[in-house]
Amino acid sequence: MTSKIKDTFSEIKAENRKALITYIVSGDPDLETTLEIMHTMVEEGADIIELGIPFSDPMAEGISIQKGHERALKTGASLIDALQLVNQFRSSNKKTPIVFMGYMNTFESLGAQAFMAKAVSAGVDGILIVDMPPEESSNFSDHAIKNNIDIIRLIAPTTSLDRAKKISSQSSGYIYYISVKGITGASNIDADDVKNKVEVLQTFTDLPIAIGFGIKDAISASSVKDIADGIVAGSVFVDLIGEGNDVLNMVAKKTKELKEVLG
Amino acid sequence: MSEEIMPDKNGRFGVYGGRYVAETLVPALEELAEQYEFIKKDKNFLKEFRDDLSHYVGRPSPLYFAKRWTELLGGAKIFLKREDLNHTGAHKINNTVGQILLAKHMGKKRIIAETGAGQHGVATATVAARHGLECLVYMGEEDIKRQSLNVFRMKLLGAEVVGVSSGTRTLKDAMNEAMRDWVTNVDDTYYIIGSVAGPHPYPQIVRDFNAVVGEEVIEQSQIQIGKDPDVLIACVGGGSNAMGLFYPFIENKNVRLIGVEAGGLGLSTGKHAAPLNDGKEGILHGMRTYLMQDDAGQIIETHSVSAGLDYPGVGPEHAWLKDIGRAEYVAADDEEALEAFKELTKVEGIMPALETAHGIAYVKKIAPTMPKEQTIIVNVSGRGDKDINTVASIEGIEL
Repeated sequence: MTSKIKDTFSEIKAENRKALITYIVSGDPDLETTLEIMHTMVEEGADIIELGIPFSDPMAEGISIQKGHERALKTGASLIDALQLVNQFRSSNKKTPIVFMGYMNTFESLGAQAFMAKAVSAGVDGILIVDMPPEESSNFSDHAIKNNIDIIRLIAPTTSLDRAKKISSQSSGYIYYISVKGITGASNIDADDVKNKVEVLQTFTDLPIAIGFGIKDAISASSVKDIADGIVAGSVFVDLIGEGNDVLNMVAKKTKELKEVLG
Repeated sequence: MSEEIMPDKNGRFGVYGGRYVAETLVPALEELAEQYEFIKKDKNFLKEFRDDLSHYVGRPSPLYFAKRWTELLGGAKIFLKREDLNHTGAHKINNTVGQILLAKHMGKKRIIAETGAGQHGVATATVAARHGLECLVYMGEEDIKRQSLNVFRMKLLGAEVVGVSSGTRTLKDAMNEAMRDWVTNVDDTYYIIGSVAGPHPYPQIVRDFNAVVGEEVIEQSQIQIGKDPDVLIACVGGGSNAMGLFYPFIENKNVRLIGVEAGGLGLSTGKHAAPLNDGKEGILHGMRTYLMQDDAGQIIETHSVSAGLDYPGVGPEHAWLKDIGRAEYVAADDEEALEAFKELTKVEGIMPALETAHGIAYVKKIAPTMPKEQTIIVNVSGRGDKDINTVASIEGIEL
C-alpha cells in the first residue's frame, strides 16, 4: 500500500536531506490560526506536521505543550475540530502528511472504527497515541491497518532491544525515537547516547527514524541530524504561539532556521 | 481464588486496568511488576513488612463495636474498623510501609508521591524519613489550601511539597506531575502511588499491601461477632481502603460489599466525584476504568468536600467488581458526609476523616433498614483532625 508518509521520506532521502517534522496543538490559540501556521510551516520547509490533539491530562508533555493543550481546550477545540481542520488544510495542500498525536481517551471517545473512517476522509495520514503501547493497541491497530493509516510508535532510551524489535514490527510510517528520558521540551539531549541507540535500531528496521523531545534550535537540531532520518520540533513552536507576538512570522523564522540545518 | 486470576498477566481486571503509558515508562513498570512478584514471595521481605505493620503502624487495628450509634440508628449492629488509629492516622501507611521496602529492594534513592488530602503524602514522607530517603510530594494547589495542616506535617518530616498549578489543581493533576517526574528520573526514583489506581502493577500492589485490613476483619469478626459480617462499607475515591477491606471477602459471596463515592453537590448536579455512579469507561493515568469525562473524552472537574475523594477516576478492580455485580457502589453527598462526620464524633467520640464520613453517611441510611441480628462493618479509613479547618470554614467559623 502506498503511504504519503513513506513517499515523503523516500523523496527526502533521494534529495539527500533530513525530514523536518513540526508539532503544534490543534486549536492553539484557535483553529483559524492553527490552519495558517500549518501552511506557513509547509512554505518554510516542514515536511510532515504532527497535530497535537488537545487533552485535559497530557501526561507526557512538558510545561510548554501542556499550556498549548490548555489554550486549545479553552476555545473548546476537540478531536472532531482537528479532523475538520485537516479537511480544510487539504483543500489547498494534498501532499504534506499529517499525523495526529494525542492521548487515547480522546480517540476512544469517538471509537477506533469511527475515528479511522473520519481520519481517512479528512486526509489524516498517521496516528501517534502517546499512551498506547503495542500491548494496549489491538483495536486501534486493526482499524488503522484496514484504513491504511500509519501507526507511528515511540521507542525510548529505556526500551530494551527485544521490545524495540517488537515495537518496530508493529509500526509503520516512521519510528519516533524519544531522545531523552523525560517529557517534551526536556533540555538534556545527549547526542552520543542517541546515536548509539539509533544505530542499533537501524540494524533491524527499515522504517525511517525521527528524533524528538528537546530539539529547539539550530544547535540541538544539528547535533542529532546526521544520526537519523528526521527530527521533530514541538515545544519551541508551542512556546512561540504562547508568547503570541507576531506568531506567523516567528514560526516561519524558526521553521526556516531548523530547515536550513537539515539541508 | 481470585488472587491468582486478578489481575491477569496484562494487569487486567476484566476489561479494566492495563498499562496505558508512554513507552519510556513501560520498561520501568515491567521491572516493578517483576520485582514485586519476587519480593511478595520472599520470606525476609514478608517478615519485615509484618514487623513494620505490627511495631511501626500499630496493627492490628481494633474492630470496635459502636454501641451507642447502633442504638441510635436502631437496626444492624455497627462495627468500626479503626484504621484511623494507625500511625499517621489513616490506612495509607499500610501501603507506604510496603512500597518503601520494595523501593529499597530495587535500590532506588529518591521517593516521589502524589497526594490529595495529604494523608498519602504524610504516609510517604513518614516512611521516607524512617528509611532516610529523599522524598518529594506533588500536591494540587487547591488541595494545599484545603489541607495546610498535612502540608506542614510533610515538611516537618523532611519532604519537599511541590504545588501543582496545572489543570484543576487537585489530585489528578498531582498524579500527572508525579508521572512526569518519574519519567524524567526513572533510573533512581521510585514512585509510590497512593491508591489502587494507575498503570499495572500499582492497582495490585496497593491492594495487596492494604489487604491486611480485610484479613484482620475476617479473624476479628469470628472472635467478636462469631460469624461473618453481613455488609462491609467503605468510601471510594481511588478506592484503596475499600479494596483493602473488600479483597479478602470477594470469594465470600455471603458478604455484601458496598463502596460509597463522593456525591459532591448531588449526583444530579454533575458536580461530584462518583465515576462508578455517573461516569463512563475511558483511559486516564495509565488505566482503563470509569471516569468523569465529557463527550469529547476530556476529563471534567470533580467536586467533593473531601480532597481525598476529589478524583475523576477509580481503581480498575472496583470497575470490574461493579460490572460483575460483586460490589455495589452508591454515593453520599457533601451535606450527608458533614452530618455523618458530626454524628459519629458526638455519639462515639470518634472523629472520622471527611473521606471516611461518606461511608459513615451510608451506614446511617442502611443500618436502620436491617434487622438487629445483622452486622455492618465500616472502614474508618482515617481520622478527621486534618479536616477541622474545612469543617469550621463551612460553618463560617474562623479558627
